[in-house]
Amino acid sequence: MMIKQISVFLENQPGALYAMTGILAQNQIDMRAFSLAETSDFGIARIIVDDVYKTTTVLKDAGYVHNITPVLGVAIPDVPGGLNKVLQALTDARVNVEYMYAFLGGRDVDHAYMIFRVADSAAATAALGKRGIKTVEQEEIDKL
Amino acid sequence: MERYYQPEIECASREQIKAWQDERLVKQVRHVWNNVPYYRKKMEEKGLTPDDIRSSDDLHKLPFITKADLREAYPYGLVAKPLKECVRIQSTSGTTGKRVVAFYTQHDIDLWEDCCARAIMAAGGTDEDVCQVSYGYGLFTGGPGLNGGSHKVGCLTIPTSSGNTERQIMFIRDLSATILCCTPSYAAYIGETMKEMGLTPDQIPLKAGIFGAEAWSEEMRQDIQNTLGIKAYDIYGLTELSGPGVSFECSAQTGMHINEDHFIAEIIDPETGEVLPEGSQGELVFTSITKEAFPLLRYRTRDICTLTREPCPCGRTHVKMTKPQGRTDDMLIIRGVNVFPSQIETVLLNHGYPANYQIIVDRVRNTDTLDVQVEMTPEMFTDNMGEINKRQKELVDGLRSMLGLAAKVTLVAPKTIVRSEGKAVRVIDKRKI
Repeated sequence: MMIKQISVFLENQPGALYAMTGILAQNQIDMRAFSLAETSDFGIARIIVDDVYKTTTVLKDAGYVHNITPVLGVAIPDVPGGLNKVLQALTDARVNVEYMYAFLGGRDVDHAYMIFRVADSAAATAALGKRGIKTVEQEEIDKL
Repeated sequence: MERYYQPEIECASREQIKAWQDERLVKQVRHVWNNVPYYRKKMEEKGLTPDDIRSSDDLHKLPFITKADLREAYPYGLVAKPLKECVRIQSTSGTTGKRVVAFYTQHDIDLWEDCCARAIMAAGGTDEDVCQVSYGYGLFTGGPGLNGGSHKVGCLTIPTSSGNTERQIMFIRDLSATILCCTPSYAAYIGETMKEMGLTPDQIPLKAGIFGAEAWSEEMRQDIQNTLGIKAYDIYGLTELSGPGVSFECSAQTGMHINEDHFIAEIIDPETGEVLPEGSQGELVFTSITKEAFPLLRYRTRDICTLTREPCPCGRTHVKMTKPQGRTDDMLIIRGVNVFPSQIETVLLNHGYPANYQIIVDRVRNTDTLDVQVEMTPEMFTDNMGEINKRQKELVDGLRSMLGLAAKVTLVAPKTIVRSEGKAVRVIDKRKI
């Protein structure tokens, strides 16, 4: 039920992010979602890619500290109140959202896709399923 | 089973050791009086003649000699033998910017190598062992000293010197090196590289390491022991006194036995110069009683430690010194508080961070700042910012309780802190005072 997010440690200084995207570009890796969390000293780049194995391999070879984090990909009907319904389902199930961010350029115009990092993934998936809200598998990412 | 290179000396009775020291000190004082005008003048200023020194009980009467004296007498002012009888010089790394040049006769080299041989055998070394010496060779005493000791023990010696870490690892593996001699920071780097190559401790033939020439913490010892799957032994020395092997650790790993048949150790109050009773912490002072070419009487090392004569389970009777907290040269004074890099290292390792760190001291608007840069590791990384911040804050708290002052912790990318192949440069002091 989960998508594999790659989280990468970066220093917060000019060129640090550029160096990482450079490695992805050189290796023809397609990013599907991206978010950045930062403090004044360092940041965490969170990325969803088309080829997880290749990405982790090239990042490791380049000396990046990173890990794979399971996250939920959620298809949200692109209508007013769409996100609200998702959050209501999670709230009712008492699932805490640690962070969330939007997908890049989905081809499906009826839905907005979002990534959720939650404390209890199983409970979240069950709660969303019960309300008929669709979650996205790793294999489906390419089609979005 | 404990092994000794010279059991009759290393396990001699305290009375025997005292008798050697008495006899050799009296002889040494006469030797410098006759051959070194610099010493004679210093003694005359205190109204002393060699007749005033009848045994080691009179040692405290002699004037101290300091690094400033070595600088003033540079290069030949303290040499006590004709140069034609000297066969070698060695020199300090100049960590503090002041080079010292020390002279050796063949006899001096021989005794120095004996001391290193004692250290290697105390670490379990025999003529069956393959000993890789990854200390620098050249002016630095680390390489030549352990090289000589290794020969005396009869180890197959691999003189790799420092640097070219991949080649170091190749030799360790291909030639099944069992003993590694280098600085602790280089041992940590070799261990880190081996781990990256996917080697587990049981795939590394090493069984013991003899690490010295810089201050290192007990936590760093544990770290190196676990990564390399070895027992790590400390060794201590100064170029001024010969080099490594002035003292060394035995299997008990609770302090280093000082080779008292060659060196008399005292602990003094660094402020007053007064000799302190056994067990007190203070500055270590050495008198070399067997060296011919470059004998130092009451040399102030600036190392802070304590001495103990409590019986050691290893059977050696020579006095033990604790691991120096750090050379007073390494000590930082930050907002009036004394800080040793080894204290910071202890906190980092206790919190699960690696021993690759850099300390940056600066002065911003008349206040000293302390920034500890430490590398992020896969083990400490998570996608959760809150968790990383929490760990960072725990580290700041840990530093505050250890040092008694606030430090900033900066997490940096892996491999951004320069690895050392010799003595690590831990501190960058940007203060302009």
